[in-house]
Amino acid sequence: MNEVDMRELTIIEAMREALTDEMHRNPDIFVMGEDSRIGGSFLLSLGLLDEFGPQRVLDTPISETGFIGLAIGAAMSGLRPVVDLQYGDFAFCAMEQLAHNACKLRYMSGGQVKVPAVLHFPTGASGRGGTHAQSMERYFSHFPGLKVGVPATPYDAKGLFKAAIRDDNFCIISSHKHLYGSRGRKFLVSEGVSLGVPEDDYVVPFGSAEVKRQGEDVTVVATLIMLHRALDVAQELEAEGISVEVVDPRSLVPLDRKTIMDSVIKTGRLVIVEEDTLTYGWGAEIAATAAQQALGYLDAPVLRVATPDVPMPAAPNLEKSLVPDTERIKAAIYEVLGR
Amino acid sequence: MADKTIDKKIMSGMLRKMTLIRRFEQKVNELFLRGYIPGTIHLSLGQEAVPVGVTTALRDDDVILPTHRGHGHALAKGMPAASLFAELFARQDGCCKGKGGSLHIGDVTKGIMPANPVVGSSVPVAAGIAFAFKYRGQERIAACFFGDGAINTGPLHEGLNLAALWKLPVLYICENNQYAISTPIQSVTLVQPLAQRAAAYGLPVQTVDGNDAVAVYRAAFEAVGRVRAGEGPFFLECVTYRQGGHKRDDPGTYRPREEVEHWLSLDPLPRMRERVVEDGVLTEEQVLELERSVEEEIETAVQTALASSPPDPARALEDVYA
Repeated sequence: MNEVDMRELTIIEAMREALTDEMHRNPDIFVMGEDSRIGGSFLLSLGLLDEFGPQRVLDTPISETGFIGLAIGAAMSGLRPVVDLQYGDFAFCAMEQLAHNACKLRYMSGGQVKVPAVLHFPTGASGRGGTHAQSMERYFSHFPGLKVGVPATPYDAKGLFKAAIRDDNFCIISSHKHLYGSRGRKFLVSEGVSLGVPEDDYVVPFGSAEVKRQGEDVTVVATLIMLHRALDVAQELEAEGISVEVVDPRSLVPLDRKTIMDSVIKTGRLVIVEEDTLTYGWGAEIAATAAQQALGYLDAPVLRVATPDVPMPAAPNLEKSLVPDTERIKAAIYEVLGR
Repeated sequence: MADKTIDKKIMSGMLRKMTLIRRFEQKVNELFLRGYIPGTIHLSLGQEAVPVGVTTALRDDDVILPTHRGHGHALAKGMPAASLFAELFARQDGCCKGKGGSLHIGDVTKGIMPANPVVGSSVPVAAGIAFAFKYRGQERIAACFFGDGAINTGPLHEGLNLAALWKLPVLYICENNQYAISTPIQSVTLVQPLAQRAAAYGLPVQTVDGNDAVAVYRAAFEAVGRVRAGEGPFFLECVTYRQGGHKRDDPGTYRPREEVEHWLSLDPLPRMRERVVEDGVLTEEQVLELERSVEEEIETAVQTALASSPPDPARALEDVYA
């Protein structure tokens, strides 16, 4: 990558750049959602109405089943819809469309149809209470037939979003409300994370995890905002002589088990950090993979750090008490290291 | 009632398709009882006039979305009977390679989009297919079938609203057989005719005798013309009746006997047959010949389908991702 062409972008700017590029490349791509013409809730489509016109940037009614179902039909007919949801939680309104039409029509028809659509939604807790706080990517990772990308950096956001738009399969892109860097919104980012994004065209393929920080003593697997917290912790523990390797799966489906397990085998210790509630989360999948593929290399039990199994409360202090923070991540690392 | 304004080929073509569907469904019932068909089946006996009348008004490059009771829709749009039998028999040469079964039939080469049998689900999907046609400036339309049971589902209302709002080229066909399994339609909605529900979203609507293939065809022909001309979606309600139960193990005895008998007397197939002869479209001899040829087609299709092997279990892992 040429340093000269790098700019610092926020995740939402990187995604918007990916979407804009792709819309220029392919006239079959259109974007729709609630308030898309003024940018959508996190400003993904800001300015696209002027650039591409009303045929390709559509405001929808509050009607998730309607417009997600419509996107599925349009994709079956060869278009490439990009649907922008206000909040990931609202995907539940369209669950039947997603669980059946988006991910099973291809299979059930014996491979006759494709559904090349992208559903983008913001995920995670942000002080709004139970129906605006869920880590929605988890639910969709359980349906064979969907791909699920969870970019945590601007570079990955642009590359994964482009990969999703070009994919012939239905793809979900989910990032965290506090990572987007949308105007007027809280923006949390680890000091250790570059915001550099090349202007060039590139993709980050689904199923390619990345070691975000090299280390020797313990592997921490984390996504989205937890990745940033894990990187903060790794930086902090360096001063104590603890070398933490941090791995970002980048997509939950497909899951790059190899990169994750290579790291676990190298360090011999595994801590998984999820913002989601603990039980039946993707962390359990990674723990099971470690039990199967890396048991002989483990020097300590695998630990998961996650939100307890309760709905997310609205009060900021209650939310903070539940969502994994750097202290809990640190405590888990100490525990697997026997400190 | 003589009606000689419809082309003879169209009239005889409709009679043949209706006869084909009737014999297909009767054969399915027989073979199901003899153990050739796993799972469940939903027969369309008595409702043949609806898919035949509608698809006769469509072009080959238009698409349809069938329901869970979809054998008739698929055959009417041109799916080969052998391909459909093979799917029901769970064979590798079935239209969906054995992965769909009776509930999820489709053949995109014939414009038959794979069915989602979850009631109401296909209404917004049909709007999306039509959206793509309009987006590309194609003068094609989507024809979406659903039963009266769909009328209270969320997807139907969200889909109708979007289709109307964006003037999408969809013909919605409410195949009103008056019962959702055992539940009569008047016990689940106060609004009759059902077409009023669609009118509330700004769609033009029409209610026709769904047991009169000619009436369905005439209404569909006019509706298709308007939809293709860019006027937006149209809602066509066809009132019909399921001659049997809901599915294989349902005798349908919850319906009053007099009601069943009344509707059996309105059977769409003999009505069409009589009309074709009365109007001089075909002679009695020619109709008998048509019936023999259908019989032969069904027998050949059954044999072809039975000759196909069950799908290789290794194939179960294919077609998950595009």
